Amino acid sequence: MTRLPVKKTYKLYVGGAFPRSESGRTYEVDGANVALASRKDLRDAVRAARGASSTWAGMTAYNRGQVLYRVAEMMEGRKAEFAELTGDEAEVDEAVDRWVWYAGWADKLAQVLGSSNPVAGPYFNFTVPEPTGVVGIVAPEEPPLLGLVSRLAPAVVGGNVAVVIASEHRPLAAVTLAEVLATSDVPGGVVNLLTGRKRELASVLAGHMDVNALDLAGAEDEDGELERLAADNVKRIVRNGDGQSPWHAAAFLELKTVWHPIGV
Amino acid sequence: MTEIEKRQDRSPVPSAFDYAPAPESRDIVALEDRYGLFIGGEWVEPKSGEYQPTISPATEETLAEVAYGGSEDVGLAVESAREAFDNGWSDIAPSERAKYLYRIARILQERSREFAVLESLDGGKPIRESRDVDLPLSAAHFFYYAGWADKLEYAFPNRKPQPLGVAGQIIPWNFPLLMLSWKIAPALAAGNTVVLKPAESTPLSALLFCDVVHQAELPPGVVNIVTGDGRAGAELVQHAGVDKVAFTGSTEVGKEIQRTVAGTDKKLTLELGGKAANIIFDDAPLDQAVEGIINGIYFNQGHVCCAGSRLFVQESVYDEVIAKLKRRMGTLRVGDPLDKNTDVGAINSREQLERIQELVASGAEEGAEIYQPPCRLPEKGWWFPPTVFTNVAQSYRIAQEEIFGPVLSVLTFRTPDEAVEKANNTPYGLSAGVWTEKGSRILSLAQRLRAGVIWANTYNRFDPASPFGGYKESGFGREGGLHGLAPYLEFDE
Repeated sequence: MTRLPVKKTYKLYVGGAFPRSESGRTYEVDGANVALASRKDLRDAVRAARGASSTWAGMTAYNRGQVLYRVAEMMEGRKAEFAELTGDEAEVDEAVDRWVWYAGWADKLAQVLGSSNPVAGPYFNFTVPEPTGVVGIVAPEEPPLLGLVSRLAPAVVGGNVAVVIASEHRPLAAVTLAEVLATSDVPGGVVNLLTGRKRELASVLAGHMDVNALDLAGAEDEDGELERLAADNVKRIVRNGDGQSPWHAAAFLELKTVWHPIGV
Repeated sequence: MTEIEKRQDRSPVPSAFDYAPAPESRDIVALEDRYGLFIGGEWVEPKSGEYQPTISPATEETLAEVAYGGSEDVGLAVESAREAFDNGWSDIAPSERAKYLYRIARILQERSREFAVLESLDGGKPIRESRDVDLPLSAAHFFYYAGWADKLEYAFPNRKPQPLGVAGQIIPWNFPLLMLSWKIAPALAAGNTVVLKPAESTPLSALLFCDVVHQAELPPGVVNIVTGDGRAGAELVQHAGVDKVAFTGSTEVGKEIQRTVAGTDKKLTLELGGKAANIIFDDAPLDQAVEGIINGIYFNQGHVCCAGSRLFVQESVYDEVIAKLKRRMGTLRVGDPLDKNTDVGAINSREQLERIQELVASGAEEGAEIYQPPCRLPEKGWWFPPTVFTNVAQSYRIAQEEIFGPVLSVLTFRTPDEAVEKANNTPYGLSAGVWTEKGSRILSLAQRLRAGVIWANTYNRFDPASPFGGYKESGFGREGGLHGLAPYLEFDE
């Protein structure tokens, strides 16, 4: 007798837990019933993200780098499952390697992006990068895993927390990545992942007053409507970001300059 | 209690010493009756045909008539900037570009007295400030960015920095020439050409700057100045030939600009409003801190986006700080901006004065206690005395909204956590001040305050090498330093 496999329920990932959509809705992808997140789910996700912000930003950069490296370790262990969902083993390898690459940036960004400033007076003056806060990410539709990793890793490595709208048509790898995050010492709420209709969710994310930055790499926004909504609280906007670069991380960072007099 | 302490507590606020007037001569400034637009290296009549007077806020006299550029004028200026970009400016040797900027810096130094007087005449700020702050910093800004012009590949290694093209820049009325310098110097150093729109109420120093451009023999069209009001600014922002928009001004207008450029490829930086917290701990050197409070809010009549307009005093030293503050306020001299003894000049415009009055009235209405030192204000012109509100709740409008005037709201706290929480309780995040003798506390607060510039045991310091800009609704992008170059470049990565 052949064994009946245990199938997975693909749910949302909010505040470190895996709830269904509060709306009770799902949509079918490759035979799986994936949660169809509502606007309220999105608002809950932003609240969870904000709640985790000070913990994640307050960790030492070394610690954050180790936790992110741990994510790559867990991804490696799930390579077969990812490859099955994406149908592309090379994409999975690249996604894992990219995650490792970004993990290594955690304790190096400040030295590349910051500065000590020679002002014309008796003052010690320096500039350091700091996380902007909650980053909203509309993940690229393709490739389903590498696209998400390429946008998520640079956002969180600098200490930001994220609310992600996954690839609408191919969300399964994203939900599996959420399971990786949940088992990698990433504090709950640092990454929140929603599956559903971008057209329903993206405008709520763009207009949310407690979201500080918006990554539109995976959004269709030719007429600029999402960007217009984002202006309501002067969000930092990222429109694209292929490949990997510390400047992708820099796009989600603020620069803080501190002055202090020098004297005796 | 010692005799001195008793006297401090009881004595009425001392009035300022009686100084003889020490007015700076305005003869050094030669004004035209009427100014056109500066496009393609020449003065041109506005196609709009519109001129408006620019008025001295201290005397209400008309200083000159200034062109108000319209849509067609903005179009011509952008065209001229594009032509200058394509025909040479973007390809000349960067070391030559640097030398043009060094020339501008030197000419500003040479003509600084003239500019300082003009700045005080047109804007109402004390000559002491325009002479000692605005002008030296303007020249320094050009000098600093001149040196970057031929070192861009070292500023951004492996990124192949390239200029963007035409920058459309809009500046406010509080530091007219300094804001012009913050905008034009990095833009030109990076190899762009510019169209700049000065503020409606303070166009004259930008127009005199055209003479500097001329003296420096800058190629025509590299710098274009279109004076006018918000209509010209809006035209500039939406013009398809503009590659980069840089704006300094109110958060309200900044949001409108962000909406306008939405869906385009234009790059954008915004330096917007603020409601900075200035936090005094009980171990701070209080006399120095009081100087910092005064400088934080009454510098430039409080027309400063990073002004320390919310004062947080630790409860244990509240009475002492307020007593010292009120005494010090009594020594501030309000009056003629051209008088070298003046500390607080004229309010920039009637409109701004009305806004300050409206917010101050709301503070009194909501229940805050107002204090203004006795001072005689000139009869003509627009003035507002240094003002402090105590008994302020966080919910009051005077604790939430940017007043942009010489008005301080005082709140209190008990613990560092409470100070941080209250200080961050604002949609703004431009700057903050911290006063304490404890080093570890300074660094802790510097980390936890959500603002782009933190002044510890000092306030309102600026330098071309020091990046300046906001968190949250105070805008994005930095001006000054290496970081201030990036918004004017694109990278081939």
